[in-house]
Amino acid sequence: MIRHHLTDALLIAYAAGDLAEAYSLAVATHISLCDECRARLAAYEALGGAVLEGCDRAPVSDGSLAATMARIRNGAPAERAVPVSRGVFPTPLQAYIGGDAEAVRWRSIGGGVKQAILGTSKAASARLLRIPGGTAVPDHSHGGLELTLVLQGAFSDEGGRFARGDIEIADQSVEHTPTAEAGPDCICLAVTDAPLRFNSLIPRLLQPFVKI
Amino acid sequence: MVQGEENRLLVQQMLAVAQSQDEAAFAALFSHFAPRLKGFLMKSGAAPAQAEDCVQDVMATVWRKAAMFDPARANVSTWIFTIARNRRIDLLRRDRRPEPEDLPWGPEPEPDQIDALALQQDSEHLGAALKALPDDQRELIEKAYFGDLSHGEIARVTGLPLGTIKSRIRLAIRKLRQSMS
Repeated sequence: MIRHHLTDALLIAYAAGDLAEAYSLAVATHISLCDECRARLAAYEALGGAVLEGCDRAPVSDGSLAATMARIRNGAPAERAVPVSRGVFPTPLQAYIGGDAEAVRWRSIGGGVKQAILGTSKAASARLLRIPGGTAVPDHSHGGLELTLVLQGAFSDEGGRFARGDIEIADQSVEHTPTAEAGPDCICLAVTDAPLRFNSLIPRLLQPFVKI
Repeated sequence: MVQGEENRLLVQQMLAVAQSQDEAAFAALFSHFAPRLKGFLMKSGAAPAQAEDCVQDVMATVWRKAAMFDPARANVSTWIFTIARNRRIDLLRRDRRPEPEDLPWGPEPEPDQIDALALQQDSEHLGAALKALPDDQRELIEKAYFGDLSHGEIARVTGLPLGTIKSRIRLAIRKLRQSMS
């Protein structure tokens, strides 16, 4: 049962196609797990449909339909829907890893915590974090909007308890200390538009090297 | 605005393209949507020639993906909007856009008439509600969908009084999911 959902602002921005790639990845991965947000997204897409319907018309050229039919005859076959994943990671996330959880190339960042940076456009950055059960993620604050989506295990912090499918949305006013629950490693997808700032010395010294 | 009659016609034309590759139905959809798409793309920052090229691309995609159109999940305007949005991201930002997994079923050969009717009607009401908003509020929403608002500004859109209609569409989609899974 998912308790922590996307905000309306994020859903509108995603419906409108306004989000940077890394944020879109977190939104698409959450929606793959959350029917409530999928339904809310559908409503905002319907609003986009209404905007298109009411849009001022710009005349197209005379040969436009014929040119479109020529594209159809010459073009690629139909695109397929995004299939449903049976693994730990939903399909949109697997596309960035080339496989499920076992395919991730983790790098240690100290304190037993591991990360893997995903290749998205530079406007925002996405990473997977793997935190051993019972371990605290180094105390940190951040410069912009941070989304943290749980894929395996659970963590708790000042904002509550977050388990698979839950997404925490934190802005720069939040200083939080997530602690992974005892049990399997907690794996999260974390997206930020600014580097995380760790508040203890060792991670801060490591920061330039591990691209946190 | 799409009147009920016009919306029903668009759905029929879309299903005719999906089921029998009906070129006349496609031409009718083209004459309805191509000028709107071009206007939409130019408002989103595309130059006229670029917008024209993108319109052809979007409409070719409408033909190819026609079998995925499901009137119990979206009206034709909404479905075509999502295709145009994705092409616009390719065109103007050259970003990838991760998409959610699809629901674990495809469109039914015979869509559920009652679900489809309810969703189509709610979409029409949403269009009417958008049109009835004061100009400044409607323009704020349009700017969000043209890609003209910052994240902070988008938060203002969420307070606008389209709530009832939005929650009905939400309910329709949730109900659909429950009845199929």
